[in-house]
Amino acid sequence: MNKKRPKHLALHLIKLPLPGIISILHRITGLMLFFALPLLLLMLQMSLRSIETYTELQTLLAHPLSKVAMLVVLWGFLHHFCAGLRYLAIDLHYVKSLKDARNSSKIVLLVSLSLTIILGAKLW
Amino acid sequence: MVNRIVVGAHYGLRDWLIQRVSALVMVIYSVSLAGYLLLQNHLDYDVWTGLFANLAMRTFSLLFLLALFYHAWIGIRDIVMDYVKPASMRLVIHTLVVLALIVYTIWSVQILWGM
Repeated sequence: MNKKRPKHLALHLIKLPLPGIISILHRITGLMLFFALPLLLLMLQMSLRSIETYTELQTLLAHPLSKVAMLVVLWGFLHHFCAGLRYLAIDLHYVKSLKDARNSSKIVLLVSLSLTIILGAKLW
Repeated sequence: MVNRIVVGAHYGLRDWLIQRVSALVMVIYSVSLAGYLLLQNHLDYDVWTGLFANLAMRTFSLLFLLALFYHAWIGIRDIVMDYVKPASMRLVIHTLVVLALIVYTIWSVQILWGM
């Protein structure tokens, strides 16, 4: 097991399969949501503390840049949410074959993106 | 030989289970909250604070946030264990993440009960 073998991992040639893309996006969105936590808690605090901070938050969120940022966070949440449900389905043996794995990955991508568009359009 | 790494996971099955239970708590909370908010005709400060004036809502919200923080700890720790190899760096990152999450916990109680 400890033989020193040469490795030829041509990373630019290795194509990540769709379930792999879902998996790495699950990690990236999870990390992103972790870094967004203090901001989200601050927003919760401002929304609840007083009518003044509530209106201040509304003004801050009306800015186009913060809308784009919130849209990214919303997508991150929805992707992490859908991919997480897929993992729970895998745990419960609902995903059995390679075909299931690929199809459910497509569903995760599709559902999280369309929910982002629908909810984003509603909030915009 | 017992070879335990200080900055390792230690309790694989327990954390695996907590990750899933906390995920379910968050699913139920976020779907209920989103459903409730989407069904409101108009949403203003009074409706929003009125919702959080309810003790059950505050309790459920804190439960959601605690589940979120524990879930985040397991997730971040797993990422760190995969990509950060030196034990000293792991220790520093783990400590910072744990401290941040404890501060977020205290902050959450202040937000929900201090308004």
